[in-house]
Amino acid sequence: MKKKLVIIGNGMAGMRALEELLKITPDEYDVTVFGAEPHVNYNRIMLSPVLAGEQKFNDIIINDRSWYEDNDIRLFTGEKIITINRPNKTVISDKDRIIPYDSLWIATGSDPFIIPVPGKDLDGVVTFRDIKDVDEMIAASKTYKNVVVIGGGLLGLEAAYGLKRNGMTVTVIHLANTLMERQLDEAAGYLLKSDLESRDISILTEANTKELMGKDRVEAIKLADDTIIPADLVVMAVGIRPSIALAKGANLDCNRGVVVNDHLQTSDPDIFAVGECAEHRGEIYGLVSPLYEMGRALAGFMAGYNSSYKGSVTSTKLKVTGVELFSAGDFSGGEGTEDIVLRDARRGIYKRLVIKNDRIIGAVLYGDVEDGPWYFQLLKDKDKIDDIRDHLIFGQSLSMGDLMVDPLSAVTALPLEAEICGCNGICKGTIISTITDKGLTTLDEVRAHTKASASCGSCTHLVEQVMALTLGSDYETQTATPLCGCTDHTHDDVRHLILLNKLKEIPAVMQILQWKTPNGCSKCRPALNYYLIAAWPGDYKDDYQSRYINERVHANIQKDGTYSVVPRMWGGLTNPRELRAIADVADKFSIPTVKVTGGQRIDLLGIRKEDLPSVWADLNAAGMVSGHAYGKSLRTVKTCVGQEWCRFGTQMSMGMGVALEKMAWGSWTPHKFKMAVSGCPRNCAEATIKDFGVVAVESGWELHVGGNGGMHVRACDLLCKVTTDEEVMEYAAAFMQLYREEGHYLERTAPWVERVGLKSIKERIVDDSKNRQRLTARFHLSQKDSQEDPWAERAKHHIHAHEFKPLAEVG
Amino acid sequence: MSQNWIEVGHLEDIPYLGSRVVKTGGTDIAIFKTATGAVFALEDKCPHKGGPLSQGIVHGKSVSCPLHNWNISLENGEVLGPDKGCSPVIRTQIIGGKVFLERPPHIKATGTDG
Repeated sequence: MKKKLVIIGNGMAGMRALEELLKITPDEYDVTVFGAEPHVNYNRIMLSPVLAGEQKFNDIIINDRSWYEDNDIRLFTGEKIITINRPNKTVISDKDRIIPYDSLWIATGSDPFIIPVPGKDLDGVVTFRDIKDVDEMIAASKTYKNVVVIGGGLLGLEAAYGLKRNGMTVTVIHLANTLMERQLDEAAGYLLKSDLESRDISILTEANTKELMGKDRVEAIKLADDTIIPADLVVMAVGIRPSIALAKGANLDCNRGVVVNDHLQTSDPDIFAVGECAEHRGEIYGLVSPLYEMGRALAGFMAGYNSSYKGSVTSTKLKVTGVELFSAGDFSGGEGTEDIVLRDARRGIYKRLVIKNDRIIGAVLYGDVEDGPWYFQLLKDKDKIDDIRDHLIFGQSLSMGDLMVDPLSAVTALPLEAEICGCNGICKGTIISTITDKGLTTLDEVRAHTKASASCGSCTHLVEQVMALTLGSDYETQTATPLCGCTDHTHDDVRHLILLNKLKEIPAVMQILQWKTPNGCSKCRPALNYYLIAAWPGDYKDDYQSRYINERVHANIQKDGTYSVVPRMWGGLTNPRELRAIADVADKFSIPTVKVTGGQRIDLLGIRKEDLPSVWADLNAAGMVSGHAYGKSLRTVKTCVGQEWCRFGTQMSMGMGVALEKMAWGSWTPHKFKMAVSGCPRNCAEATIKDFGVVAVESGWELHVGGNGGMHVRACDLLCKVTTDEEVMEYAAAFMQLYREEGHYLERTAPWVERVGLKSIKERIVDDSKNRQRLTARFHLSQKDSQEDPWAERAKHHIHAHEFKPLAEVG
Repeated sequence: MSQNWIEVGHLEDIPYLGSRVVKTGGTDIAIFKTATGAVFALEDKCPHKGGPLSQGIVHGKSVSCPLHNWNISLENGEVLGPDKGCSPVIRTQIIGGKVFLERPPHIKATGTDG
């Protein structure tokens, strides 16, 4: 007599295992299958294409009813097993059917996780697990407009794509800061986000659902920050939980899943578990390939072979048409690992391999996934890759000739009308045609004929790249010093290409400029953050985690980890009320040191970080704001008493200092920026060793630039002489803006002036009044958004409160 | 949870590529979160001159000390590059979105928490 096999679950895992079993031993078992869904066995992972209208339900049926009949399998669909009676070795269904077994397979799969928020039971709130869910979503898309998908993982994004294809307005809200954070790193997650956004799917990251609102049917979703998004359909796709209630009820060992050994055997040797509901060596799998591997092992064991399952290494793909991504293994980096990163901006490709001990341990591919299976095989087989390391990242099949990434790609991608040389208004097309028409071969010739890079010279390396593009291998660009080890591009290249390509986020810069690391280093991240602030005033969202600590918390860190605070005193002027407030603060917070600085300010040293917001609140109350003594920004405007008091004074230097400081405070610059105003040529304010120094003479003001004290003292160069106060303000703004637009990050004005030459600066600020006015206008435009007191924002409005509070106090 | 693990807060309270501090009464503990959401904890003290690592820039799986820009591995606390030294590592666990630290020896279990 045949042995009786009962399978609970008519899904992919159970049926694949059964197919395997029938292949090996077709006549050994008398098989009964129970499926809770009213359908035959279908390919659940293809539900996404069905939702997207790319396939029909019939296309994804794996085994139709005739297959069950042909193989003498008894199938009960729409019938759920509610009890396993282990002593009697029977199962009991919700239709009171009792079936005996010799062997029992539990293949109940998993249930979608429902986040426990108010409104979760409203109509129009669905999950994405079976064909019933798909039908409900498709029906809703015919009547309703707005859908919110909760969860930016694999399933959520496939649902979002499918619903978009059905004509709905789709918003995805995701708890983490990048999409599919378990399968993708930050760089690939960013590319995916841009891709989906370009398909008109809105994506909110770091968004936490607080409530689903509505009377009977859902109407809107409310986030933790009280943002409300209209939604008449909500899809919860935040994860799955193994379906283990039945096994638990039968007192089988369960953790997160039904615990099985290497033979897929549960704590009862006649009962097996396979698929998503099984927990093997502490792991639970939600992907299809491990289910197949389990199925093979189970079938072999049941047929009398000693086959066993050793766990799976998994890889991921996303089923969104036109989006190519692949990931496998561990790509979190770390000790002893090394990254090989390839970015090809032109083709939108990001590839990253993580290598440890000469073996691939992780891979993330975006845009080109052709080599995913090859990398995955190398990873699973733990093959040594030291022989092929140099061209590994280029893939298996490409010949060396095709596989080089074009280092010129960022410049190649620019349209012909892209303005390479801003000073002289020379476009890429003009440079190329002049080179070709006149047969130019050297940089000097190109400069002579086109004027490109002939003024400030900051676009020199770009012009050279255009030459290389035109002349091919005949032209060799001079080696330029890259911004840091993460890139081959120079500071100037990066600044120009940010503007020309309209790059507005750090990950976008890293992709388009083909960064060689996944998320930069402590050198390039602050530089890129500044360049983006300078390029897109009011538009770019400051990335605080890319700032040094002082700029993140608006105070100066000291050697013992405490902070110092310097309130702004306009032009170095103060009054009894401010001094009293400072004295009170020093008393109240037991501030150990109070010191007058070289820039005519008062420094309060030794403040605990937790006290900073309270210290600022008290200083704010007396009318004082941040002095930015911590920033790559306008520091101080130092003044002498000038004509207001001094018997030698020729102009009102204090008034001028206050006016300059009121105009320029809050502005971010490549490095710190100091000014001073002296009321006569005796120059008591030491204005000629400042970034911008103003010295009064009988007939007006002398303007000096590019000086600093410090290690390499440099006295200023005289920029020009002006007669009116208004001109001083205009020249100061223009000079500061030119430095903001051209300086390399962490380059003071002194080396900048020497690098570009005083002549070039004079030409653009003194000789060209139109250009000066344009610079001034751009300076004022960027100032519009930068004169919010950062101390008040923190003391009163509590932004970045986490910076000032410990996470916890223990012990 | 055994007595040797202390709950210190929620995962989402630590900024990506950032850090938070846990006060212990002795040396503070810095808890870091990388771009991919991995969490690490070190004594908040650079082996060089004792700078608070919690205030540094996090990149990859390392942090640059805010005082003199030494790079410290978040995984084992070792100084990376030519310099030498090590900041002690505190083991972490994430369970249900909550962050747990292994109880440092100088902090006694109270018997009710943990």
